[in-house]
Amino acid sequence: MMIRATDDAHAMTDAAGAQRGELVRVRILRQDVPSGESYWERFEVPYERNMNVISILQKIAAQARSQDGRKVAPVAWDCNCLEEVCGSCTMLINGRTRMACSALVDRLLAEDGDEIELRPMSKFPVVRDLVVDRRRLFRGLEKVEAWVPVEGSYDLGPGPRISPDEQEDAYPLSTCMSCGCCLEACPQYTKVEVVRREGESEKDFEARRKAAYDAAFVGAHAVSQAMLFNAHPTGRMIADERMKALTRQGGIQMCGNAQNCVAVCPKGIPLTRSIARAGRAATVWAIKRLFDR
Amino acid sequence: MAHERVLVVGGGLAGLAATMRLAELGIDVDLVSLVPVKRSHSVCAQGGINSVNALTRQQGDSEWKHFDDTVYGGDFLQHQPPVKEMADWGPKIIDLMDRLGVPFNRTSEGFRDQRRFGGTLYKRTAFAGATTGQQLLYALDEQVRRWEVEGKVRKWEFWDFLAPVLDETGRCRGAVCQDLVTMEFRSFPAGAVVLATGGNGLIYGRSTMSMVCTGSAVSRAYQAGAWYGNGEFIQVHPTAIPGADKLRLMSESARGEGGRVWVPRKPQDPRDPRSIPESERSYFLEERYPKYGNLVPRDIATREIFDICTTEGLSVEQDRLCVYLDLTHIPRETLDRKLGGILEIYEKFQGVDPRVTPMKIFPAVHYSMGGLWVDYERSATGGLVEGSFRNQQTSIPGLYAIGECDYQYHGANRLGANSLLSCIFSGLFVAPTLANACGSGSRAAGDESRLFDQEVRRQEERHRSLLARTAGVENPYGLHQELGTLMTRVATVVRRNDQLVPAYDEVCRMAERWTRCAVSDTGNWTNQNVVFTKALGDMFPIAKLILKGALLRDECRGAHFKPAFAMPGLKATDPVGRRQEAEQWCDTFEANTRRWLKSTIATCGPGGDPEISYQDVDTSLIPPRPRLYGLVGADAIEEVWKERSARATDHAGRAAQPAGAGA
Repeated sequence: MMIRATDDAHAMTDAAGAQRGELVRVRILRQDVPSGESYWERFEVPYERNMNVISILQKIAAQARSQDGRKVAPVAWDCNCLEEVCGSCTMLINGRTRMACSALVDRLLAEDGDEIELRPMSKFPVVRDLVVDRRRLFRGLEKVEAWVPVEGSYDLGPGPRISPDEQEDAYPLSTCMSCGCCLEACPQYTKVEVVRREGESEKDFEARRKAAYDAAFVGAHAVSQAMLFNAHPTGRMIADERMKALTRQGGIQMCGNAQNCVAVCPKGIPLTRSIARAGRAATVWAIKRLFDR
Repeated sequence: MAHERVLVVGGGLAGLAATMRLAELGIDVDLVSLVPVKRSHSVCAQGGINSVNALTRQQGDSEWKHFDDTVYGGDFLQHQPPVKEMADWGPKIIDLMDRLGVPFNRTSEGFRDQRRFGGTLYKRTAFAGATTGQQLLYALDEQVRRWEVEGKVRKWEFWDFLAPVLDETGRCRGAVCQDLVTMEFRSFPAGAVVLATGGNGLIYGRSTMSMVCTGSAVSRAYQAGAWYGNGEFIQVHPTAIPGADKLRLMSESARGEGGRVWVPRKPQDPRDPRSIPESERSYFLEERYPKYGNLVPRDIATREIFDICTTEGLSVEQDRLCVYLDLTHIPRETLDRKLGGILEIYEKFQGVDPRVTPMKIFPAVHYSMGGLWVDYERSATGGLVEGSFRNQQTSIPGLYAIGECDYQYHGANRLGANSLLSCIFSGLFVAPTLANACGSGSRAAGDESRLFDQEVRRQEERHRSLLARTAGVENPYGLHQELGTLMTRVATVVRRNDQLVPAYDEVCRMAERWTRCAVSDTGNWTNQNVVFTKALGDMFPIAKLILKGALLRDECRGAHFKPAFAMPGLKATDPVGRRQEAEQWCDTFEANTRRWLKSTIATCGPGGDPEISYQDVDTSLIPPRPRLYGLVGADAIEEVWKERSARATDHAGRAAQPAGAGA
């Protein structure tokens, strides 16, 4: 049985079969410090209608007790908007990478097993419990120069005219919230964990960290952003720079075309279309470069 | 002093706009944020951003009308010069965001499309799908990332602002912040510090705001001596989706695109809403406000929805308050194109398709119109003097505030799609001020480090004493929930003195109980428990000033509604009686304006108890006039009011005095 009944006589049955006054069982993979040992801990929280994984974690924080009644430190996790636009609360829920805010308990219990399982993302170094360090994801955006290279922010009139079709093409790509689901699911995006050495200066450590990030696969999210900005009338003025970045080490050639990224994107962004476009553009760019020599 | 940096606290729209412009001015910026800046609460803004545009201009719109709608919608509680300046900047801000690549929706010709929002009759609102805030934030995030690569900006993400550092003259010299991962403390000396830390919805427990919106940074500045303005003015958004962890916003754009609010005429009619015939539905906003319909200003829509559920007992559900927000008459393709993002949110979190079934919604705490008091310098033309030291400066010299955390732009009620504008505007506009502030007060470096060391030690002590509190009896999360429930009950849609008095005492007791909160995590690595407990402690001084401000303000103005002091419409039906009542109504209105058209200023007294005083509002550009949306007898009152205004103008003209009416 996925939910253990309590003695609440007025339990009400919910659509998914879960009952009020019952307890939801959760298993969480915890880790106290970076590079530390991980361990499982079980919790039970009272079931509520319309509950999501965030409300489970909020209840765990409030009770700070494990299933067997031991006092334990609350589970650490990232979240902010709780409406799936900020990209903070990515984790592995019942083995699948997704956002904790939009993971509804009723559905989780219906789809899978006896209890809910929460694990931190595996492609990023764990900071603590479910909190991971996703700085590499943002480094990817720097690498592909994911911005419109405007001269400045003073008033120079409106931007370029853009057809509704172009806008409708660009908009979905622009809703990427840097959650990292596509990276977690990607076989080519493997974990890079750089630990500061004894006596290493902050600056040297930073430089070494960025170099390690840059050597590894940049990821679907960054490829898609590169395509977004290469399609923008002003953004494409530095299209060559982006193609250079995408064809360097860690670039588009590393994509193994597993297509997992598009399957797990919570926003339904057509990532594989972006990757295909980037692949074609890279070929054209390489040939052009050959002739330009 | 050479090479002073600016410290920007908060990386939402306002903080990023300021950072971008500062970097462009050649100033080095430290940008501190609780979350990676791309995850700031600005992403939650859905509907759009207001500005007069080429189309509305030809329909008679102007910057002045946008300004007028904003102050009228805000019940005249804002100082007018900053609002005028903001409205004047509107068109160039939209153009700028357009150039930065924001994918605004387009007309068939490729121009930016606009929609209509509440409190105006013009289609002034540019939008990017239903995630305009996200799109605007990303555009600024991208530019700031560019400056980060250039080395002009250094980001400190997952850092908490703990306190401003003031020198013996009371000028702000920087701040002390804490790394939320390693828990280390660090001094940030700065030529100027600007807070862009948003609203404080978490004081109400659940709201439409993100989890970082605790108001803690503002509270810390307030406790260090900064004044807080108009705290009692909290916007309750009319349409949110009730949820266990959060009340999720359903954007005003749902009504902007034709969404209709209704309840079945029969209380708790159990039928499927789609099978209830038109004649048995009450479209109560359209019925009561024929001119604005479903797009009345937010405070009014909120009150009506609240009222129809509580007073009239017409809530759709028995055990939960809600009304229908219906989009099902609009073609699916239109909805997907214009509202896709927000409809997905409803579908995702409620499991129901709002294109097919009417949504169930209810009001929720949404925006803090009040915030840190900030100054401005008025120009000769009634706008602001760009670059003046005074613009956006709090009562602590050298400490500035922009965006939702200042009190300056929205008065007693904010119009939809004006917040994104005020955030970007105040961020851009403050930059030259901050640049000028850098290097304006040099001092010996030795003194400086002593000041910072002192503050770091104080913060370390506070932190250590919290970690040592393991034996306490109070649970911080439980206490937070209690605070939220209380504040939601007494200080949202309807306020009553007989509730506010005991509520204030209750919050004082809660603040006392907070000192007995136990922390369940005593570690010193990514300790979210102690960070939350700290933020909770800082909610009480703000909760107190909200309650006290609300208690003392015996009137109705914008979002602050006290039924005991409401001015009802006219009762008489005969012309003479109506005229007489309208004259009396206007007399009362004028007396009330003289008494209450004032900013509430709270200063933090001993024990976090506020001391309240009042300041006159600069209404020199547009004389205050009654807000008559939907009032019975509005036409008669308006007639009397117009006659009086004409007389006042005439009189003022003869006396050669500027703008005498209503001040």
